[in-house]
Amino acid sequence: MSSPETRGVAPDLAVVAAMRSGDQSAMAELYDRYSGIVYAVALRVLGDTGAAEDVLQEIFLQLWRNPGAFDAARGSLGAWLAVIARNRAIDSLRRRRPETDIEDVVLAVAPDLASEADRSRAAEKVRGVLGAMPPPQRSVLEMAYFEGMSHSEIATKTGEPLGTIKTRIRAGLMALRKAFATQYST
Amino acid sequence: MSVHEQFAEDLALYALNALTGEDRVTLEQHLAACPACRRELEQLRADGALLALSTVGPKPPQRSRQRLMDAVAKETRMPVALSTRPRRSMWGFLGWAAAAAVIVFAASLWKENAALKRDVSSIHGLLDRQTAELEQARGVVDSITNPEGQHFTLVALKAPPQPQGKAIYVPKRGSLIFIANNLPKLPSQKTYELWLIPEQGAPIPAGLFKPDAHGSATVINPPLPAATIAKAFAMTVEDEAGASSPTMPIVMMSTGE
Repeated sequence: MSSPETRGVAPDLAVVAAMRSGDQSAMAELYDRYSGIVYAVALRVLGDTGAAEDVLQEIFLQLWRNPGAFDAARGSLGAWLAVIARNRAIDSLRRRRPETDIEDVVLAVAPDLASEADRSRAAEKVRGVLGAMPPPQRSVLEMAYFEGMSHSEIATKTGEPLGTIKTRIRAGLMALRKAFATQYST
Repeated sequence: MSVHEQFAEDLALYALNALTGEDRVTLEQHLAACPACRRELEQLRADGALLALSTVGPKPPQRSRQRLMDAVAKETRMPVALSTRPRRSMWGFLGWAAAAAVIVFAASLWKENAALKRDVSSIHGLLDRQTAELEQARGVVDSITNPEGQHFTLVALKAPPQPQGKAIYVPKRGSLIFIANNLPKLPSQKTYELWLIPEQGAPIPAGLFKPDAHGSATVINPPLPAATIAKAFAMTVEDEAGASSPTMPIVMMSTGE
């Protein structure tokens, strides 16, 4: 069921279908919807506007070249693009070849982000969950996600045992899942 | 089937690409054989995706949009109606590797081997037929949607070209191909929207589209609820984002099958 704010917003899949048929205006529509998320994630990881713009360009151009890479089975388009942006930015940060093919990124469920209102609501909710976490747990989660650090690198940096790092990361992800569980089930 | 608890924490790290060393190797071996843990991995990746949504920052500069659209314009590609490329997956690859090992073992048993050969031959035959059918279908769709395709509309002599649309709809598959010609141009903030009029209930959105410079447009397989019987198809003019119910007037309507 669409919310009052999302009424009148074409579903992502409809826009992707138009893009598949070669419609450049559909590509522009997807860019307008999701470039903000993609750029914000890339900038957060890379801390450099030029490098973040490169990631932004690469991801949307890849979507245009290979629109079949996304379908409904991969979760919501916004979340899917955000994950690819994060993965590409980490690869760029670590100056390594891309480790994950976009076609291997599958998300079980994720919030619909087609409208600006959806995106703001989801972002606010996530920030609320992160804000409620104990600082060491949030910090570990952010080191893994936004800095691309492995659990052993985090353990070395924080001086915490490996087991503690693992437990904190899983507990952090579970807290996020719990916060969105009601939304997924409706 | 539930997630194996001994891998629960490693799965969370793996979902963020934060698991390294022997733990990673061990987990990947387990994932290759455990569908429940693979599903949990997808769920954990979705949980991780929520972290990405927490980011705030400036919007990308306007030049980025222009840069992308310039690149897109240069890369005119053939329209893609369906994704025909099999999804590649490491787990799928490992599954095939295991299947190959089983086939090698079975080859030592003559009877089973003979049966397998018949099966393989049958599958090859089926695959060949399906490949040929797929190629034919792709050729049809390519011809319909090719931007360089010449569209001719035959009308009574001395009659000006009239806007017209043709919808080919297979309810069982939810498959719809819509081709329109001679459509009037629209203001920049407007779009055409196609509607499936079901036998019962409200009209269902069946795709947004804008005609090209020649007034031609296509809609290929928009998302539609399965097995909906169509009474008719209709077209309206809507704001660019589309609408959830048609805005009057209806500019075109089907006249029957």
